[in-house]
Amino acid sequence: MKRRNLLATAAMGLLLASGGAFAQGMDKVKACFVYVGPIGDGGWTFQHHQGALAVQEAYGDKVEIQWQENVPEGADAERVLTQMALGGCNIIFTTSFGYMDATNAIAAKFPDVKFEHATGYKREHPNVSTYNARFYEGRAVQGHIAGKMTKTNKIGYIASFPIPEVIMGINSYYLHAKKANPNVELSIVWAFTWFDPAKEADAAKALIDQGVDVIASHTDSTAPLAEAAKTNGAVIGFGQASDMAIPEYMPTPRVSSIIDNWAPYYVKRVGELMDGTYAQVDSWAGIKEGEVEIGMITDAVPEEVKAEAEAMRDAIAAGTYHPFTGPINKQDGSPWLAEGATAPDGDLLGMNFYVEGIVGDIPQ
Amino acid sequence: MLRLEKRPTPSKFWLYATPPVAVILTMIAGGILFAAMGKNPFEVIRTIFWDPLFGEFAFYLRGQLLVKAGPLILIAIGLALGFRAGIWNIGAEGQYIMGAIVGAGVGLAVFPTESRWIFPVMVIAGAFGGWVWAMIPAILKTRFNTNEILVSLMLVYVAETILAKASTGFLKNPEGMGFPGSRNFSSYPAAQNSFIYEPLGLHWGGVAALVTAVLAYILLTRHQAGFQIRLAGQAPRAARFHGVSPARLVVLCMGISGALAGLAGMFEVTGPAGQISIDFNTGYGFTAIIVAFLGRLNPLGIVLAGFLMALTYVGGEMASTNLGLPDAAIQVFQGMLLFFLLAVDVLTNYRFRLAVGAH
Amino acid sequence: MDFGGINPVILIATLMASAVPILLAALGETVVERAGVLNLGVEGMMVIGALGGFIVAVQTGSPVLGFIGGALAGAVLSLIFAALTQVFLANQVATGLALTLFGLGVSSLGGQGYNGIKPPPTEQLLPDALADLPVVGPIFFGHDWVVYFSIAMTAVLWWVLKATRVGLIIRAVGESHEAAHALGYKVNRIRLMCIAFGGAMAGMGGAYVSLARVPQWVDGITAGAGWIALAIVVFASWRPWRVLIGAYLFGGITVLQLNLQVAGSVIPVEYLSMAPYLITILVLVIMSAGRKANGAPAALGQNFHASR
Repeated sequence: MKRRNLLATAAMGLLLASGGAFAQGMDKVKACFVYVGPIGDGGWTFQHHQGALAVQEAYGDKVEIQWQENVPEGADAERVLTQMALGGCNIIFTTSFGYMDATNAIAAKFPDVKFEHATGYKREHPNVSTYNARFYEGRAVQGHIAGKMTKTNKIGYIASFPIPEVIMGINSYYLHAKKANPNVELSIVWAFTWFDPAKEADAAKALIDQGVDVIASHTDSTAPLAEAAKTNGAVIGFGQASDMAIPEYMPTPRVSSIIDNWAPYYVKRVGELMDGTYAQVDSWAGIKEGEVEIGMITDAVPEEVKAEAEAMRDAIAAGTYHPFTGPINKQDGSPWLAEGATAPDGDLLGMNFYVEGIVGDIPQ
Repeated sequence: MLRLEKRPTPSKFWLYATPPVAVILTMIAGGILFAAMGKNPFEVIRTIFWDPLFGEFAFYLRGQLLVKAGPLILIAIGLALGFRAGIWNIGAEGQYIMGAIVGAGVGLAVFPTESRWIFPVMVIAGAFGGWVWAMIPAILKTRFNTNEILVSLMLVYVAETILAKASTGFLKNPEGMGFPGSRNFSSYPAAQNSFIYEPLGLHWGGVAALVTAVLAYILLTRHQAGFQIRLAGQAPRAARFHGVSPARLVVLCMGISGALAGLAGMFEVTGPAGQISIDFNTGYGFTAIIVAFLGRLNPLGIVLAGFLMALTYVGGEMASTNLGLPDAAIQVFQGMLLFFLLAVDVLTNYRFRLAVGAH
Repeated sequence: MDFGGINPVILIATLMASAVPILLAALGETVVERAGVLNLGVEGMMVIGALGGFIVAVQTGSPVLGFIGGALAGAVLSLIFAALTQVFLANQVATGLALTLFGLGVSSLGGQGYNGIKPPPTEQLLPDALADLPVVGPIFFGHDWVVYFSIAMTAVLWWVLKATRVGLIIRAVGESHEAAHALGYKVNRIRLMCIAFGGAMAGMGGAYVSLARVPQWVDGITAGAGWIALAIVVFASWRPWRVLIGAYLFGGITVLQLNLQVAGSVIPVEYLSMAPYLITILVLVIMSAGRKANGAPAALGQNFHASR
């Protein structure tokens, strides 16, 4: 693709692509990754980069990987994507929701390049796939542990922004805590940030000061765990995004964790590109596919609770249990899921309500 | 021992020679850094400074320079007027956000009406949003003698919260399946800030930036208000004797810089960014402060400084992607470049002399 | 003793700790600005201090040495600023901002390999017997040494600036460098020392984030605290005790809004999260109203060159 005929080529390519140009394999693949934060964030971006390294590991010199950290959403993302596509990337993973429109816009211009967008829903072109992980499955297991472990019957959740992803996690966490312990009350703190360790620590402290003794968080740093660690075992929490298995935080306060493991998906997709079986997908994988992992449950959790939590994990993996199984009412008491019904993915992806029993309003 | 001696008049030669000297010094220092990190320094430097302009993909990247430089220039020119008058608007980032929200809000409110008047009205609304946000510190300063540095800075954080609320609440795309973020303007042509000439990266924001630079230059050199601004900065007391009202000057300068920042936000959200989202703002308002001073608070200098900053962003990104440099190394490199530019500038007004004995 | 589910004693004790990074950095910047220098690079010096402190503490196992390391790191970085503005007479605002950019980059490069480590803990200073006393215990006796240090530094700086010869010189340099120079003071040398002091204090503040508040190292850990510190200096009209009040007010409202959320307040969350900024502005307006001067050092932000 050279110079001025970029757009003309793109238009021609669109025609070709619709004819199924996906079906031939490749000897060598250049896989590229766009990150929203620094690799050293210890959470979200770190885990995506682990996935990228796993691709390198799996295919050795048959792949070349490239990445770009700290890419702001919008115009900057479009530029980075264009540069990567021009620079010969065969497949580009865009690892933040905010890249959705940029990914689709650039995909239109480079029909021969495969684009993979994390956590979004737009696939406007045949060369755009989307992938996400069912984090709510992990939240269910955490909720169960929380319900069983709390002594004060007060559990807490440090939330980032009021988006479906986060609300889904809160609901799943609460439902399973409630199931394990009907007296449980959930306090939610909205931090309005993905990453601000000092503020996250303050939020954890506020929860602890008001009697909460189990804290889950949907922000990225280990600060809430560190705050819980100051209570000498009275308060427990969970690793978020990465395992956070810091030896000093085990067996408490880190009793378990949700790990975003993108490696299986990345390795699979790059592999498919090589052997010619690559096709557009909308992937939403969870515990079953290994994309969501439950980090080791420590000895601080009684043997039987641990066994129950692991049984739940295995049931979810086997497909015999869905964390959102009716009857479930919405917060206002109106029915959502009937007895035995499981939540359709569409409901989950656009979730904008709390389930019955949660106190407070979602910031609107 | 070397000592500094003030030149009787600023050196014309060094006025133009300092930027290249600073860039060369940065290349040397940066090259050492990159070499220490195990990269080929020549390759990195070439990737940052040469490739975006003349490399294989320059046909695309050259245009991106204006896309990146446009908002920086637009904001920096407004700030420079205030800085010249000794008025410290540090909160352009907040004004940028509010301009984007108000401008985009007006457009989204009438979606999907198609009319040629929509975009011009949005432009005015964007400027208005930034202006209002800047008027808060301005009026607090004139009425209550409140320091504008603090107020404008604090209002950045308030604007960020409003932005989060806009993208998860009142401006959320009703067809976005509950996800945060507004409608994308690329699907709403009447309200879109599309490219006028894509190979140059020229959209209305770029036009506005360049036109504003010329207008600001004329204002500062030819117009009474420009004279007052310069006088107020250099000699506040003399300014008062000349009948310059400090309060009016604050309102004027804050207003202009706020409106320009708001415009930049509006052009960005309807064009390159495409939508209101939680992380819409990317620090243009703060970077523009640096650009304003690198450009020596001179509108034409700011244009050059804006392009230089844009070059380090675009080229730095390429170096990072293609050569596997951590993004942090690029930040350090940018910091060095700024340090050298600021340090070498001393030669314009001073010269080094060998001093004999103590002073 | 609860108000709407919030215990005021715990709240006060918490805010005293959470305000330490801002307080230390703002105290340092107060001295810098009283000497007539505006260093906007506080965030950069804090983050480099956070990393420097973390590395020293982890390598030596001593949190006290860590804080010293943090202070040194901040001071060293500030010397770049000092060299540029005092020797090369570069613009202070731009240099300060560039310093932040540089500091963030350097800390991110230098911090690779320090993720996911727990530093040695900074323990409570006084025995539990005191800290467990009702009401006064948590507020006065339950803190680590840095909290007391930050309060002591407030008092010391107040005294130094107000009543000592050193303070007099610093203020003279900040009010009129021409006059100070005429009196025979080495303006740029004095400013250089003040800048280094400010860097050390900011570095210590940063170290408190990575060693006590959060304890861990991640990129960009200070997350904008330096900017708040800058605002607090202005808020305080460049006076140490008011810096303390400002830092506690800001820290207090931040902690309070999170507590209100936990307690299920009826006020919408987004208004709560704006509250620290809006209330700081409001208090400043009330404090500044009716006063002519806002107390800014007259020579703030201006470089000085001794022509003879």
